[in-house]
Amino acid sequence: MSPAPAILPERGLADRLTALFWRHPRLLLAVLLTPPLLWLGVVYLGSLAALLLQSFYSIDEFSGVVKEEFTLKTYGELFRAQNMDIIIRTLLMSAVVTVGCAILAFPIAYYAARFARGKWKAIFYLGVMLPLWSSYLVKVYAWKLILAKEGIVTWAADGMGLVPVLDAVLSIPGIGGNSLSTSYIGTFLVFVYIWLPYMILPMQAALERVPTSMLEASADLGASRSQTFRTVIFPLAMPGIIAGSIFTFSLTMGDYIIPQIVGNSSRFIGLAVYQLQGTAGNTPLAAAFAVVPIVVMLVYLWVAKRKGAFDAL
Amino acid sequence: MHSDRASLSLRASAIAGLLFLHLPILLIFLYAFTTEEKSYEFPPPGLTLQWFGVAWSREDIWPPLWLSLWVASISTILAMILGTLVSAAMAQTKFFGREQISLLILLPIALPGVITGMALRSAFSIMDIPFSTWTIILGHATFCIVIVYNNAVARFRRLSGGVMEASADLGANGFQTFRYVLLPNLGTALLAGGMLAFALSFDEVIVTTFTAGQQSTLPIWMLQELVRPRQRPVTNVVAIVVFIATFVPILIAYYLTRNGSDIAGSGK
Repeated sequence: MSPAPAILPERGLADRLTALFWRHPRLLLAVLLTPPLLWLGVVYLGSLAALLLQSFYSIDEFSGVVKEEFTLKTYGELFRAQNMDIIIRTLLMSAVVTVGCAILAFPIAYYAARFARGKWKAIFYLGVMLPLWSSYLVKVYAWKLILAKEGIVTWAADGMGLVPVLDAVLSIPGIGGNSLSTSYIGTFLVFVYIWLPYMILPMQAALERVPTSMLEASADLGASRSQTFRTVIFPLAMPGIIAGSIFTFSLTMGDYIIPQIVGNSSRFIGLAVYQLQGTAGNTPLAAAFAVVPIVVMLVYLWVAKRKGAFDAL
Repeated sequence: MHSDRASLSLRASAIAGLLFLHLPILLIFLYAFTTEEKSYEFPPPGLTLQWFGVAWSREDIWPPLWLSLWVASISTILAMILGTLVSAAMAQTKFFGREQISLLILLPIALPGVITGMALRSAFSIMDIPFSTWTIILGHATFCIVIVYNNAVARFRRLSGGVMEASADLGANGFQTFRYVLLPNLGTALLAGGMLAFALSFDEVIVTTFTAGQQSTLPIWMLQELVRPRQRPVTNVVAIVVFIATFVPILIAYYLTRNGSDIAGSGK
């Protein structure tokens, strides 16, 4: 009986392809990457290019027809007072929401990162993950129920004798309103609620990397709790906070559902884009408006990268 | 002072934070049983089961539901194929442009949905593509790729390259290795990614409003009801259906990947 050959005979096309890919790993890489890159390149980057192109068109004010010639006129329109109002309002709301999320997220992230063990670790993980993934619209809708004039907040304030407090808050000029569901305060609350998990996760990741020995060293050197927080924990958590703020800022800036459902019907960038391309039919101006968040985010990401935020993602 | 136990105030605020994240969702379940039809009165004046029946017999809910299921299924399949391919390429080798590709995959989910939506809409309008079910799927598959990719690439990272070499040494060709070694190891991660992609697509409303034309998916139907309510309790019932249709896949995805160090969905 002759021994089996060291190299097996080829068994058809599958073997031949395997040998080919073994000899030319780049070929395999190309085969794997071509379909997804083609998809993302054509569908996504192609669309972004179309968006950019569209924003350099303009609309004929009399006929309402889009003129397909290069012009900067549409971008110029962004600087009109009413449009600048929309942009500034959106940026302010995004900034305030980001700060609100950071404050609310910190205790949850810190407890989950440092103290939660075993079963509690899983509860905290799932407890942040489920609201993150569960239906966006349902969550917004739930807040409509909560903040409505006849809703649970009014009921609770009534039960605890806090109606004057609620009325006082609602009568604050600028951010108050007829009820919570028609005021800036309501819009702010819903934004904070919806994007909070996006802040908790990177913050927790950053806090998990703070070595316990540093906290011990800080205590040994006589720092109080608040000194340790200010000089050790907070600076080390900063990359996580910045990473989270990328999400909260960007998502608030682009959202157009929440201000439409909870709020005083003043416009934000997202809503302006939606209305301009829809009922108004002014696609070029809608496109120019959509470019604003892209530019803001590019600057934001550039700053965040310099602060080392991407190591915490 | 530093101690190994959390202070009472920290623990209380952490748990209060978790409750803040969950209580609003529970409220939806309560409201689906209310007898009050015109307002969001709390506490509900009475409880009833009739709205489930009313919702069931409403003709205008079923087409959006089927459309949502169909769109989510096709987008998930497309995203699973494309996401697996790109994660296989990224896991194997270092090559020029790797960083750029990972940014490109992340971009559709990192930029606000309104930009993705508006960009697709501009492209459709410039190329004169009419809106259809396929334009919706085009958008959904694009932002679902990253979900599958995140799950698959995390599993690839934990998979030792040795098993593939062993398989080759034992005489398997590349396709046999894929079928008998790679797929059983990747299976749960892919399934988890698919589940999350399905949940995301089923629930998506922002991009969809730009790519749907006249058609309604279930979230679009719900949005219309929210802006102009007709029968509020029916909307509550639909909200529960949407919630469950996204909640169940998420939970399955969690159980499929909970033993891993890299957990599903960490990059929505």
